[in-house]
Amino acid sequence: MADNTDRTEDSVRETGTPLVKRGLAEMLKGGVIMDVVDPDQARIAEDAGAVAVMALERVPADIRRDGGVARMSDPEMIVGIQAAVSIPVMAKARIGHFAEAQVLQSLGVDYIDESEVLTPADESHHIDKWAFTTPFVCGATNLGEALRRISEGACMIRSKGEAGTGNIVEAVRHLRSILGDIAKITTADPAELFDWAKNLQAPLPLVQEIHHRGTLPVPMFCAGGIATPADASLVMQLGAQSVFVGSGIFKSSQPAKMASAIVEAATNFEDPAIIAKVSTGLGAAMRGLEIGGLETKLAERGW
Amino acid sequence: MVASVFGVLALQGSFAAHARILDGLGLSTLEVRTVEQLGSVDALVIPGGESTTMSMLLDRSGLIGPLTRRLCDGLPVLGTCAGLILLSTKILDGRSDQHALGLIDLDVRRNGYGTQVDSFETDIEIDGLDEPFHAVFIRAPVVETAGSGVEVLAKVDGNPVLCRQGPVMVAAFHPELSGDDRIHRLFVRNAAVGSSQPAICTRAVPPREI
Repeated sequence: MADNTDRTEDSVRETGTPLVKRGLAEMLKGGVIMDVVDPDQARIAEDAGAVAVMALERVPADIRRDGGVARMSDPEMIVGIQAAVSIPVMAKARIGHFAEAQVLQSLGVDYIDESEVLTPADESHHIDKWAFTTPFVCGATNLGEALRRISEGACMIRSKGEAGTGNIVEAVRHLRSILGDIAKITTADPAELFDWAKNLQAPLPLVQEIHHRGTLPVPMFCAGGIATPADASLVMQLGAQSVFVGSGIFKSSQPAKMASAIVEAATNFEDPAIIAKVSTGLGAAMRGLEIGGLETKLAERGW
Repeated sequence: MVASVFGVLALQGSFAAHARILDGLGLSTLEVRTVEQLGSVDALVIPGGESTTMSMLLDRSGLIGPLTRRLCDGLPVLGTCAGLILLSTKILDGRSDQHALGLIDLDVRRNGYGTQVDSFETDIEIDGLDEPFHAVFIRAPVVETAGSGVEVLAKVDGNPVLCRQGPVMVAAFHPELSGDDRIHRLFVRNAAVGSSQPAICTRAVPPREI
């Protein structure tokens, strides 16, 4: 039997590296990350097969309805959620609110979402995410925004969509915009990349990296308006690698059933027969809102 | 004889990263989500991801019975992180309803190194490889006990992190993330030469559904 203990004891352990941070996002692919506000909801999410839960004070639909300033969750609630489940626990901090992010890191959350769903704390600056060991996910509506967030240290990008509406149209717009521009940059003449960087207001080296790789340097997930298994299938066929579901689960008539149906849809997104089967008998999805009638567009937050 | 089709269990997790490495070795790969797809593979990778989610999806897809049967029949398999957890005989800090397929004699503790802030990368020495391997541990499981039939190929802090028992190979880390195909080459060789040792099969094999 081999025993290499002596030789490995001297090697250096590095934490919080880009590889380690992006690595967790890699492990969440093909899965569903569910918004939860308390430990009971977190247990329902884990029982349904969520790959992670996202702790927040109120689900986006309630933030829209009730208004007021939306902030990071109460730490006691986050600790309760961590104790309730064995899967990764993510939590939201306000845009630019690095002190909330420091608190979340000290609580040992697995991912921080610097999120437009909460009320922004800084109207010019996002958090310097390189300064943290905990990885960050950030929302984007277009490729320029995605690359600015990556340049600030984000290790996962999600579409913003329009959270709390149960309406998938904005997430589809954002995914098509981001993935469409990636396709164009991949086939562009190298001399055109300077103009791309200027127009996207994004760092040139990241634009050049996309030109070479043909993909974002970090995983790309979808969020904002997913309310049914078919919604999950749609965005994954468009190119999202996982889905975040917020209000869509706990604002539906049968949350546990809806949650496990969306989990199966994320795995079998290319199989319409399975989507049909899991969509059967789910009861009412969340009611949903037309984008035109919204007073606040959350996706416009972020710079 | 070289196994001709390498399947990657694609219920959830880092399946695409594994498929990319196997493709790079010139092998024929297949993402496995259904019983039919499982039927056409000659070796299998169970990737990293969430072991609880994969365990539930094994039930809901109907794969659990056929997969256990094929593994007990000696299907060569590489399990990384969540894959190691699923293939082990005993899971600590898991969910009570989560499957331990019982194909390698290990007691493993889920998230034994801590949460994501404790996730790390480090160079490890591996039995059979000349140069160290850069290993990435993400919310990794800790192997607390390895049975006497288990061959330990690498350790970190005294805990086994790469093990083999007959046709079953497992890693607590993620060889699919390091841009180094040497662990996959070891797996391919293990699959190709076959094993003189049969698969251990410590769970009752579900009856064949007809």
